[in-house]
Amino acid sequence: MPELGRAALVLCLGLALYALTAGAYAAKTRRRRLARSAQNALLAAFGAAMVAAVVLLAALLRHDFSFVYVAEHTSVELPTPYKISAFWGGQEGSLLLWLMILTGFSAAAVAFGRRSGADLLAWVVPVLGLVTTFFAFMLVAVSSPFDTQVAPADGAGLNPSLQNPYMMIHPPFLYLGFVGLTIPFAFAMGALLARRTDELWIVTTRRWTLFAWTALGIGQLLGAHWAYVEVGWGGYYAWDPVENAALMPWLAATAFLHSVMIQEKRGMLKVWNMLLVILAFCLALFGTFLTRSGIVSSIHSFTQSPLGPWFLGFICLVTAGSLALVFSRLTLLRARTRMESLVSREATFLYNNLLLVALCLTILWGVAFPILSEAVRGEQITVSAPYYNFFLRIFGLPLLLLMGIGPLVAWRRASLRSLGRSFAWPAAIGLLIGGALLALGAGSSRAGLVAYTFSAFVLGSIGYEFVRGARARRALAGGSWLNALSELIARNRRRYGGYIVHASIVLLAIGVVGSSAYQTVREARLEPGQSMTVAGNRLVFRGYESRRRPNHLAIRANVDVYRGGDYLGRYRPGKNKYFAEDQVSNEVSIRRDWLTGGDLFLIADGIHDRSVDLKALVKPLVNLIWISGFIFLAGALVTLWPSAAEQRRLAARYRELRPLVRA
Amino acid sequence: MTTVALVVGGLLAVASVLYVALPFLREPAPREDRLDEPGTLERRALELAEERDRALGALKELEFDHRTGKISDDDYRELVGPLRRRVAEALHALEPRAESNEERVRASG
Repeated sequence: MPELGRAALVLCLGLALYALTAGAYAAKTRRRRLARSAQNALLAAFGAAMVAAVVLLAALLRHDFSFVYVAEHTSVELPTPYKISAFWGGQEGSLLLWLMILTGFSAAAVAFGRRSGADLLAWVVPVLGLVTTFFAFMLVAVSSPFDTQVAPADGAGLNPSLQNPYMMIHPPFLYLGFVGLTIPFAFAMGALLARRTDELWIVTTRRWTLFAWTALGIGQLLGAHWAYVEVGWGGYYAWDPVENAALMPWLAATAFLHSVMIQEKRGMLKVWNMLLVILAFCLALFGTFLTRSGIVSSIHSFTQSPLGPWFLGFICLVTAGSLALVFSRLTLLRARTRMESLVSREATFLYNNLLLVALCLTILWGVAFPILSEAVRGEQITVSAPYYNFFLRIFGLPLLLLMGIGPLVAWRRASLRSLGRSFAWPAAIGLLIGGALLALGAGSSRAGLVAYTFSAFVLGSIGYEFVRGARARRALAGGSWLNALSELIARNRRRYGGYIVHASIVLLAIGVVGSSAYQTVREARLEPGQSMTVAGNRLVFRGYESRRRPNHLAIRANVDVYRGGDYLGRYRPGKNKYFAEDQVSNEVSIRRDWLTGGDLFLIADGIHDRSVDLKALVKPLVNLIWISGFIFLAGALVTLWPSAAEQRRLAARYRELRPLVRA
Repeated sequence: MTTVALVVGGLLAVASVLYVALPFLREPAPREDRLDEPGTLERRALELAEERDRALGALKELEFDHRTGKISDDDYRELVGPLRRRVAEALHALEPRAESNEERVRASG
């Protein structure tokens, strides 16, 4: 069926091209039926992309090795779940996933957007059509998943590190985030093209942005956990360009989610918000470019890659075109109000924005510098973890502090007396916990101690906000504390959902600081019966065992763990030797202690005839990172949940205008 | 297999073309084929409605912050007056009155 897949992609390209050209013509000449027809083309493009995706998925599941893609990324013995994840395991498949999600989101945006202004939607469709045309063109002409060959007896298999359950969900979440950022971008550009710089585009895309941002955040955490349990080096984030590719648009989207509130509440920062939406989308494209062009490994593989130059050209086109559009509409974007005080909620949002964008651009420079140095000087200079860690401290610590300051400061302006009253409790909590930690020896890492003090202050500030809010609600409506709390959240989901997200970021920070600044590492070569000690844990090597699985040989070192006189159990780090792929993967063993939140992390670095090179890491509080993911999701869901009162207010705003004006 | 692919592909293409042409098939000769577009007046009215909602939201927020103790009594007294005036002005600009709405919205701009 490769012909059907190819035909579906060609059809998708044609429909997207029609949505772009007919949509732009209809919007320009104000033709209603043509605009509707262009919208239908985007909806039909989703159907065509789905057919192409079903064809590829069927080929993967039937291990039809006449498809080059299937032969290169699966084998007969590959377990079925990984045959499905092989869909996005390679370049062509992941581009098809991009296209499928993009057309799906575009169709949904059109279907929901029909309720909003027709003039705005008319200009959104060609923007979505442009992005869809690019990806459909890449799949049709540059990197097709439907290339065929004479079928070999077996395929090359899937990269062993991708044979992990996390690979079933981590890439789709990242792609939901990357692609989701297309929708706010399209509405922002549509608003500029339609000269509609009111809040309609923000109101329409608020949940899209939140959804994309949440998916990108969860996707990164899933990726971090995958790296932790699968890659086998003892960490979860290595500042790898591919990891940074997802972090950068997330930081830009985080800045946008904050600054857009200033536009909604004060009518300010319209240009800045446009720039942030453009930045987030361009960074999402740049992230896909980084992972798919081969430029990360070398500039030479980029020039040899058929994809790289196209992507670079498209990113340049989108960046230049959208910036030119913003520039041409500057007069419409001028704010009518000014910031009243540098000590106000909106000012803290602005500081937060500057820090987030600075961190984002610093990471971008770290990613781009090796590429530029290789292109200009012919030698690749690696920007490694110390560079990123330095700037994470420089920008990250003030950001952490601002998360605690922001909720305590009122909109517009705050007097010293009000600030003093608001800050007293949270600051006392922060200083008390910081002092206690110093006394307990946490001063071995100054940055760690500062981060923990700030974290305590932020959690104190968030807790204080909930207590003050619930107390005020009780004073107003009576009832129990629990009722008051749930009423409080239900009446202002964005504010209190945001606080829950902030709490999750603080937990993440505590986990990251604990597991990096305060971790213990030991390495030793052990013969059977020999032992080593790490942070009070005695590890005894008891010899090897091996098992043959359908597609690999699993070799495990048996390590008994004791603490004091207590036997804590047997742990089995080792390696897997994959037959079809002819590759070896590290398989780590982790002893999780939920009581302390820390892990004992074991790696069999070297496997010899009788001995093992055992590496053991004790990572305090690392599990708070994973727990923070659940809290992050809960907070995001609270903010995403539609508020009936707000829906009514917005519906009334747009409904009442016509009769009012035409009366 | 190729025949099945051709048939399915052909059906998909025909269905897509029909769906794209649907607005023209449904209304071959409409009385008007213009997209709705807010005029200057509607845009100004929308600005006023946004201003009204913004002012009402700010007032609500101020009341809540005062009740929680985030805003002192002095700050509250200083801030509440101008905000109430803004709300009143925005409501005044939008409320139906005897004079033409058109004139009123124009006057407020």
